[in-house]
Amino acid sequence: MSDETILKVDDLKVWFDVKKQGAMPWVKARKLKAIDGVSFELKAGETLGIVGESGCGKSTLARAVMQMLPVEAGSVVWLGAELVGLDTRHMRSHRKEMQMIFQDPLASLNPRMTIGQIIAEPLKTHFPSLSGDEMKKRVQDVLDTVGILPNLVNRYPHEFSGGQCQRIGIARALVVDPQLIICDEPVSALDVSIQAQVINLLMDLQKETGVALIFIAHDLSVVKHISDRVMVLYLGNVMEIAPARALYAKPMHPYTEALIAAVPIPDPKREKAKQIMLLDQDLPSPLDPPSGCVFRTRCPIAERRCAEEKPLLRDTGEDHKVACHLR
Amino acid sequence: MTNISLNPQQPKTAAMAERMAEVSGRSLWADARTRFLRNKAAMVSLVVLILVALFAFFGQYLTPWDNETIDWNVLGNTKELGRPSLANGHYFGFGESGRDLYSRVVQGTQISLMVGVVGAAIAVIVGTIYGAVAGFVGGRVDSAMMRFVDIAMSIPYMFVLILLLVVFGRSIVMLFVGIGLTAWLDMSRIVRGQTLSIKNKEYIEAAVATGVPTFTIIRRHIVPNLLGVVAVYATLLVPSMILTESFISFLGLGVQEPLTSWGALISEGVKTMNYGMLWQLFFPLTFFVITIFAFFFIGDGLRDALDPKDR
Amino acid sequence: MTLLQVRDLTVNFDTADGTVTAVDNISFDLGRGETLGVVGESGSGKSQLVFGITGLLAANGRVTGSARLEGQEILNLPDHKMNRIRMEKIAMIFQDPMTSLNPYLRVSDQMAEVLQHHRGLSKRAAITESVRMLDAVRIPEAKARVTMYPHEFSGGMRQRVMIAMSLLCQPDILIADEPTTALDVTVQAQIMRLLADLQADFGMAIILITHDLGVVAGSCVDTLVMYGGQVMEKGTTEGLFARPTHPYTMGLLKAVPRLDRETAQLETIPGNPPNMMDMPAGCPFVPRCEFADERCWNERPELKRAEGFKTRTRACHRSLEELA
Repeated sequence: MSDETILKVDDLKVWFDVKKQGAMPWVKARKLKAIDGVSFELKAGETLGIVGESGCGKSTLARAVMQMLPVEAGSVVWLGAELVGLDTRHMRSHRKEMQMIFQDPLASLNPRMTIGQIIAEPLKTHFPSLSGDEMKKRVQDVLDTVGILPNLVNRYPHEFSGGQCQRIGIARALVVDPQLIICDEPVSALDVSIQAQVINLLMDLQKETGVALIFIAHDLSVVKHISDRVMVLYLGNVMEIAPARALYAKPMHPYTEALIAAVPIPDPKREKAKQIMLLDQDLPSPLDPPSGCVFRTRCPIAERRCAEEKPLLRDTGEDHKVACHLR
Repeated sequence: MTNISLNPQQPKTAAMAERMAEVSGRSLWADARTRFLRNKAAMVSLVVLILVALFAFFGQYLTPWDNETIDWNVLGNTKELGRPSLANGHYFGFGESGRDLYSRVVQGTQISLMVGVVGAAIAVIVGTIYGAVAGFVGGRVDSAMMRFVDIAMSIPYMFVLILLLVVFGRSIVMLFVGIGLTAWLDMSRIVRGQTLSIKNKEYIEAAVATGVPTFTIIRRHIVPNLLGVVAVYATLLVPSMILTESFISFLGLGVQEPLTSWGALISEGVKTMNYGMLWQLFFPLTFFVITIFAFFFIGDGLRDALDPKDR
Repeated sequence: MTLLQVRDLTVNFDTADGTVTAVDNISFDLGRGETLGVVGESGSGKSQLVFGITGLLAANGRVTGSARLEGQEILNLPDHKMNRIRMEKIAMIFQDPMTSLNPYLRVSDQMAEVLQHHRGLSKRAAITESVRMLDAVRIPEAKARVTMYPHEFSGGMRQRVMIAMSLLCQPDILIADEPTTALDVTVQAQIMRLLADLQADFGMAIILITHDLGVVAGSCVDTLVMYGGQVMEKGTTEGLFARPTHPYTMGLLKAVPRLDRETAQLETIPGNPPNMMDMPAGCPFVPRCEFADERCWNERPELKRAEGFKTRTRACHRSLEELA
């Protein structure tokens, strides 16, 4: 890891228009604030974990960083260049520098294409001048890197298991030598015994190539294992962002505490002795988020101030930032 | 990039040996083909259809009689003299106007199959492109394109077809224009629906994330995954085209003399039914019915073979 | 007396490419009020095992062997008898509650129907009872919510409705098939706590099917580890997690990253999940097992008492010393 910041996201907002079903065309759409002012930085070769429950906006954030969604406001500075508002052609030249891998390994591969064609697609898009042989060589190299026999290039995705498909997805991301790979729940659809293989592969690749990772998952144990820093999202807002070790050892935000406490540990003795802090209720509707601190409706320590004033993300030292009035 | 050995289950020597040869894959199409070949009804139908097509192309060579000469001797007394007969080479007997029915059926088969296939082809090409673009681009473009389809569909199409034929004269070109104008509408709706579901698949997102241009995504990722549905619908569209043409010809607005089609021949046969000349109805009707059935069975077979549930 | 006694249960599926054995000779006992965890990955046959017991197999599935509920054989019973047993004796909840809730009917109607049919209550009494049950699964404002449609509930609430419905007839056994897999951790914790509390109140036995070792650790007294349709190891949860005796269990426990520990590198189980169409003649785990020898490939290991353990059974040819 170096100190060079490659990605700087500042006050990013992504809002979706939501219309009631069957509403008349002139009825004004309501705004769903999927991402509401998220800021973070990413250094070269670093892994940033993003955790949160479903609906917290973590996948939306990934897609907004990649400019795959219209951004409402804010900025995304990638290697010194502002990406928000960039036209398709200029954005395309950046796309080879940041790649993505997806949750459902099989669904992320076109069933009608061979894995060779699938992995070659980014090459064809960004290096159209490469000869067929060079491309094939590159594809086989990268297959070898992710642990798939290179002679299987003519096979189709459905002939591989889930774990192998995820390796193929990683190969596709890797083939253009990106500086950042955004991993959107890359192991949550995999079996436990296969998860570890893929996590190790990603970590080894990072050591080898120095690629930075944004690792999105709902499994806190996995995120803790792979990340240097972890960001906790709730209803499109950052609750806490800190080095992984610090976050898990000393969570500051009540939401982070609750999340960590809820993770079951595969150790019956600990698990039975554990005092779980249960959160009441469900996630509020993102269409109608609570005033002030978005977490206050489920927060065990909320006060009046939390409803009136939105807490800002503040640095408590040692790179540990938290958005809470009371901590 | 350096190699990292991450595949511990593969012993080194075996790996080396296996690396030598590229293994070929089994595509979904190949899977579907295997399933289709196993479907007996579809296979029989395919054979029947090939026979009908061969009949259309080469049937004329099997008879000394052509489809134009009128046998004036028979014309007055078709019921007695015009029966099907192997002896005089009029296998299917004589038609209403004293012409050899066998040759007429060959000619009608050519025209009807052509109408069916060309009509379906227009529908497939126009409908697929239109629907895929509308579905993938989405937003306002999609709304505008699909509202146009809605409007076009709300016009009674048989009425339009008949009007076209009446106003611009009855010709086979006009028939194609008329059928082609309307047949793609359904197809474009089906394709758009499919595109919408494919669009949300992660492999499309992966292509977008990589920066693949929009039309390349449609060509490389959307259309190949649509083809299953399109193929099934197209096989069902061919008989419906044939039916439409037959209906129009039955009304007397379709294919005009000296050309003919199944519909025209059936229409003639129906007129003479009461005089006991049933063969004039029987032969064209038989061809018509078995072809329609064959297409339906093949469509069914294709649907089963391409059914995504089986994957 | 054991409540449920399963012996040599085997589930086969007839497919176009031949017969597939999804569950292979499984035996276990479940006592009243006990909690049994069934752990396995995809293709382990854990779901087909309970589908086999409860007569819910797909049309091409066949179940053989024996499953006795309070001494009475329940395998391959006629549908009308099995339906009664499924509601009154053995209830099931699934990963996706919507598979068992009718989206077009109000929750009150669905719950009341069960009570009217199986317990002969009047409609009014049935609704009152339903509200009481929704209260029991801690759905806030149960009285108002009982008339809502299933889709109006959130994921966690829907699972609660499902649990309430499954407990209406006070079953002896509740089978929970991945009940929290689709839920967030905080909701998962709520549901697992709820199940434990309900078990204390109602005294039913629970069979919990899951792939999540953490969930089993927190809630099950006994655990059964399945792989490729067979039992690899079975024992008390505490013992099994503290000292696994099967290479698969050992590998599985090492392969999960843990919140309470620092691990530099995860140990992995190499290879891929089992292919049910192409199982080895011997132990199903053999292609991925680092201890495998000739015998493991050719001869199927029997499930036997592990040396030096009171209740632990394991299916492995290699001795414990060899695995150490």
